[in-house]
Amino acid sequence: MAAEKQKTLLAIVLRRLARNSFALWGGAAVLGLFAVAVLAPLVAPYDPSVVDTNVILEAPSAHHWLGTDELGRDVLSRMVYGARISLMVGFVSIGIATLIGVIVGALSGYYGGWVDELMMRFVDIMLTFPTFFLILAVIAILEPDIMNVMIVIGITGWMGVARLVRAEFLSLKQRDFVVAARAIGQSDAKIIFKHILPNAMAPVLVSATLGVAGAILTESALSFLGIGVQPPTPSWGSILTEGKNYIEFAWWLSLFPGLAILITVLGYNLLGEALRDALDIRLN
Amino acid sequence: MRAGFFSRPSGAIRAVDDVSFSVAPGETLGLVGESGCGKTTLGRAVLRLVEPSAGEVMLDGHNILALKKEELRAARKRMQIIFQDPWSSLNPRMTAGRIIAEPLQIHGVAKGKELWERVAELMAQVGLRPEQMRRYPHEFSGGQRQRIGIARAVALNPSFIVADEPVSALDVSVQAQVLNLLMDLKEKFGMAYLFISHDLSVIRHISDRVAVMYLGKIVEEAPRDELFKNPLHPYTRALLSALPVPDPQTRRKTIMLSGDLPSPANPPPGCYFHTRCPLKETRCMEHIPQLKTVSNGHKVACLLAEER
Repeated sequence: MAAEKQKTLLAIVLRRLARNSFALWGGAAVLGLFAVAVLAPLVAPYDPSVVDTNVILEAPSAHHWLGTDELGRDVLSRMVYGARISLMVGFVSIGIATLIGVIVGALSGYYGGWVDELMMRFVDIMLTFPTFFLILAVIAILEPDIMNVMIVIGITGWMGVARLVRAEFLSLKQRDFVVAARAIGQSDAKIIFKHILPNAMAPVLVSATLGVAGAILTESALSFLGIGVQPPTPSWGSILTEGKNYIEFAWWLSLFPGLAILITVLGYNLLGEALRDALDIRLN
Repeated sequence: MRAGFFSRPSGAIRAVDDVSFSVAPGETLGLVGESGCGKTTLGRAVLRLVEPSAGEVMLDGHNILALKKEELRAARKRMQIIFQDPWSSLNPRMTAGRIIAEPLQIHGVAKGKELWERVAELMAQVGLRPEQMRRYPHEFSGGQRQRIGIARAVALNPSFIVADEPVSALDVSVQAQVLNLLMDLKEKFGMAYLFISHDLSVIRHISDRVAVMYLGKIVEEAPRDELFKNPLHPYTRALLSALPVPDPQTRRKTIMLSGDLPSPANPPPGCYFHTRCPLKETRCMEHIPQLKTVSNGHKVACLLAEER
């Protein structure tokens, strides 16, 4: 039963996305990242952590397309494996943020009153912290480890989602079909999950897509500062860090990871904005 | 009014004030009034879909307003609502079948194969084809959607239904079909309706008794024929004079009301209607008229009408 409508709705959304060239470019970048990350062992020409002292800091060539680093490791291979980190960070941290945000926003918007007051004031407090420095402080206390980084990005990034979901709930709970659900004696939990939430998910999907771009940037920045992904695990941010010491004569160590971050973030942003337009059913 | 550390100023509006009426089993009480007069609020307060600040709603001997949350959920089986807007009253992500099945599932009336048989039966009763069960609301027309809403409301055999302008969003050609469906269902199941409308011809068609509402108060209540033949309140007269008469020979003077509906946040003193009443006297600005019985079953809240 559900598949029928989802097919039609999905078809509408996909058709709109296909007509939008930005969406196609964004989607291609994101899909490319997925493919590279999943197929990393097949795509990478070398083992990303094998040290080869014969080819230290070699410029891009036919053997090493994107050159080598100060330990003679292949930059392309390290970037391919780094894509896995970016993908994982995007999904796990935004997954955490979206989960917290949806729960807080749903309870806040549905129950209102003191529940709403309490939760929204807590959101206000969370928003007064400069997020990046909060992450820095927390990571400084915890172990600098990729799992911790993802969790911290997640629990510092849910406030926007909470406000978004709250606003959707506030408007949806006034709609007649929700009043009807109350009138037939439906439970609060079922009203929230069956009637309101499915109708509130489109903006959440958009915000999550845009959020992934932010999370990838944050992870790169943390790794650049040395408190994100720890060596020898390659990440785009940590390749940049190593590269900055040799930037005068080994430009490839800084340029290519930088480009990878740029393309990925741009891809997610383009896709997110195209999704926002495509999911707005009211346009038609 | 709200108070507290983070208080915001908020005014209290008496959308509905000091209203009392009863609906007998199997009876249709028409509630008529212009938009913004509190008809919808009254209908929802009766079902406790908005919480009234004071009052009593008795259904089959139980005070609905005194029920606890779980008791209220169980009591909802016996009182239902039909909405005005068929486009917003159905969840766009549920199929027609699941919408109609929901009340049956909640109250454990039927499940499994029996549930879907019951849904098919309900759909047939409201004039939909059971094969349309798997369709989504957006695949139906306005009249069909309203039928889905009606099937949902009658699924549990309620004894009382609030019909909140159930046909005013529909095309005129569809209006009659839906009205007739509502009357057929009443005949079959014997439930009582509180039928809210601003359309006098609809009210006349369906009601047994009619209550006229103005600015949150009932100003006149009478059996249908009595009200249409012998309106006592000047507001009712003005409303009825706007009703077209299907006889070109008849000339009637339309009573034009001047001015707007006053704000319910700041109602006028005395009789709420005096600002627009063509017959007003000085005392109308000082005394609030009470709803009083003037003849058999005919009640009116007007200082002048009481004396006649």
